Amino acid sequence: MNPASKARKGRKAGRRHPLASVALIAIGLLFTGGAYAAFSTTTASAESDANSQQTIDDGEKLFAANCATCHGLSAQGSGDGPSLIGVGAASVDFQVGTGRMPLQMQGPQALKKPVQFTEEQTAALAAYVASLAPGPAIPEGEVLDGEGDAAVGAELFRINCAMCHNVAGAGGALTEGKFAPSLADVSAVHVYEAMVTGPQNMPVFNDMNISPENKRDIITYLKYIEDNPSPGGLAIGSLGPVAEGLFIWIFGLGAIVALTVWITAKSN
Amino acid sequence: MTSVSTREPTEVKKSGGFTASAANYIDERTSVSGAVKELGRKIFPDHWSFLLGEVALFSFVIILLSGSFLTFFFDASMAEVHYDGSYAPLKGIAMSAAMQSTMDISFDIRGGLLMRQVHHWAALLFVAAIGLHMLRVFFTGAFRKPREINWVIGFVLFILAMAEGFTGYSLPDDLLSGNGLRIIDGLIKGIPVIGTWFSFLLFGGEFPGTAIVGRLYSLHILLLPAIIVALIAMHLLFVVVHKHTQYPSAGHTNKNVVGYPILPVYAAKAGGFFFIVFGVVMLIASFVTINPIWNYGPYDPSPVSAGTQPDWYIGFADGAMRLVPPGWEFVWLNHTYSMNILVVLGVVGLFIVTVMIYPFIEAWITGDKREHHVLDRPRNAPTRTAIGAAGVTFYASLWAAASSDIMATHFHLTMEGVIHTLQATTILGPFLAFYITKRVCLALMKKDREIVLHGYESGRIVRLPGGEYVEVHQQVDDFERWKLVSYNDQKPLMLRPNANGKITVPEQVRAGLSRWFFEDRIAPVDQVELDQAHGAHHTEIEGSADKPAQISDK
Repeated sequence: MNPASKARKGRKAGRRHPLASVALIAIGLLFTGGAYAAFSTTTASAESDANSQQTIDDGEKLFAANCATCHGLSAQGSGDGPSLIGVGAASVDFQVGTGRMPLQMQGPQALKKPVQFTEEQTAALAAYVASLAPGPAIPEGEVLDGEGDAAVGAELFRINCAMCHNVAGAGGALTEGKFAPSLADVSAVHVYEAMVTGPQNMPVFNDMNISPENKRDIITYLKYIEDNPSPGGLAIGSLGPVAEGLFIWIFGLGAIVALTVWITAKSN
Repeated sequence: MTSVSTREPTEVKKSGGFTASAANYIDERTSVSGAVKELGRKIFPDHWSFLLGEVALFSFVIILLSGSFLTFFFDASMAEVHYDGSYAPLKGIAMSAAMQSTMDISFDIRGGLLMRQVHHWAALLFVAAIGLHMLRVFFTGAFRKPREINWVIGFVLFILAMAEGFTGYSLPDDLLSGNGLRIIDGLIKGIPVIGTWFSFLLFGGEFPGTAIVGRLYSLHILLLPAIIVALIAMHLLFVVVHKHTQYPSAGHTNKNVVGYPILPVYAAKAGGFFFIVFGVVMLIASFVTINPIWNYGPYDPSPVSAGTQPDWYIGFADGAMRLVPPGWEFVWLNHTYSMNILVVLGVVGLFIVTVMIYPFIEAWITGDKREHHVLDRPRNAPTRTAIGAAGVTFYASLWAAASSDIMATHFHLTMEGVIHTLQATTILGPFLAFYITKRVCLALMKKDREIVLHGYESGRIVRLPGGEYVEVHQQVDDFERWKLVSYNDQKPLMLRPNANGKITVPEQVRAGLSRWFFEDRIAPVDQVELDQAHGAHHTEIEGSADKPAQISDK
């Protein structure tokens, strides 16, 4: 904006003005940058929309219609739902973007389900909540590209995430019917948002705790295990020895018992 | 087992060609023909459940073969190295040489992953087959005289198989196995007085130390397999010495064995069956991942993965610990007493010892000193079958508890709900199982009695001249009847004074237990009853004379 306005000021001097070349470069950069941003990520365009008052107003209307029953008319929270002031756009994008919100029913934890809002609506809701107070923004750019160091990510995942989500991200049980969900088929942006916002029972892993670079590594590892099927064959849920034990009893020993019956069957 | 080329050593005089002369050559130098003659004519009865022990044996052979392959490449060292193999998400990560060599076997040695998976799947199958074989032996009463000692040998083999499994599970030094060892370390340290000392002795210092993998390796590939091979040899020798048991059927008595000779039928079948078992294990190992250590990563004391469990056969012990309610520890004289661990060790230990010595307990209670080569049908020994069902329920509850977290997530339950339910089934379940099983057995015996006396429902409905409809009952044939009537009718022991004219307390206990064991029983149909019932058959249509079988009390 700033270099462009300077260019406008110097219009009288025309293209001979000393700042004309600066203005030209600025305009050029603005266009290329804008076009790059528009083409590279969809979240970036949502971000640029998110700044507009129109989007925020749309979000407020959606919020009043769909969320205010539990979260209060000005997102201040109620007995049925927490305050959303300061949770940031990332939190809204995660909860609404994975279908967890709006909540189907009160229970141990909100379940993933078909997404209820379009991307624009989700972005509008996020913009509205983000406009209430500062909070984590929707991540974008290279932290989500899955091009980090998978080995570092795997180690960080084992240390920080595996106790709930299982080493292969297959999920695990928590107390009182809560659980850590499976991370298979969770998009990079949602993984990142979950880390920075700590939805439901998950702790927050802020940038002091796990740097954005390391978050990128974790996403890289998750992408690796998603893209590379188990080298040993069927992963049977990546659940560990319980699944293996059930498999050998039911299919292994089951097949063998069937074969013993066949071998000892009397011929007709 | 026996080499086929030595089959015809006695037929040398016939012009047998190369086979005969080769057999003669060997026989003249080894006198093996006597053994072949003896063994080759040994009769084995044919029933699918008699092959379960063979499955265990064959799995063990598969384990030996695949395990030998693994020893060529495994490095039982805990020296720290940085992984530099093919698996990208572990590149550059510090780990022990044991873990690195296991990774190399999995990713960089041709056929290594397949052999690892064959080894591990065969190990799971080995213990599972032993378990099923043991259940068969228990529920058919095959452990009775003269086979009590063979039961104990078999049971020790079961324990050793678990020990083999656990030591093998711990060797890769991955996260999962390290967590397992940590639990063992905790168990040991929970034992008063000797715990800490013993833990330091085992691990060569503070857990995890740098010695444990090497030590477990010695046990895993040397000591335990040697003992297992020796005990298997004894186990099989006893099978030959005792003769194989057989199910009750027409013509099966305590003095004969009805079946096929080892040579040629049985040897061919068993030989072929080995390859079938091998094939099944290979198929599973080719298509299904087991113990993906690349997911678990190297052992590090801080992380524990969700869903961390031992292999299935240690599950009952893990489950027993999960079922202990919180707050059982107490401090006395400045020492913490971890009852949460000691009670588990005590209960599991008692259970194991009880199962191991069960044949002697039952023999003492029943006072039965006869040899038994004909098996019991489970229903014909209601109390034993009920005891077995109670034991299975107890074990299964503990076993299920080891997967409490997986059950909670997969069935959308609360973990607390699963644990509390299993606590209840662990304690109440065995009693319920005992009662239900015993009643079912007695009911089945009643039904057998009914069938012998009055035949089975033929499905043919006849209208009598008076307009009444009745179903014609068909008599069972003699073969079938043999099975239904030829079981031991045992009665409670009489309480008798001993030589000194005294009735001792142990004898009173024994008589009481014997009464509990045998008081509810259905007597087998005897000839008189049979004649009466069948005499009646000609005068009235069966089924109308519905004389209930009697439970004789006391």
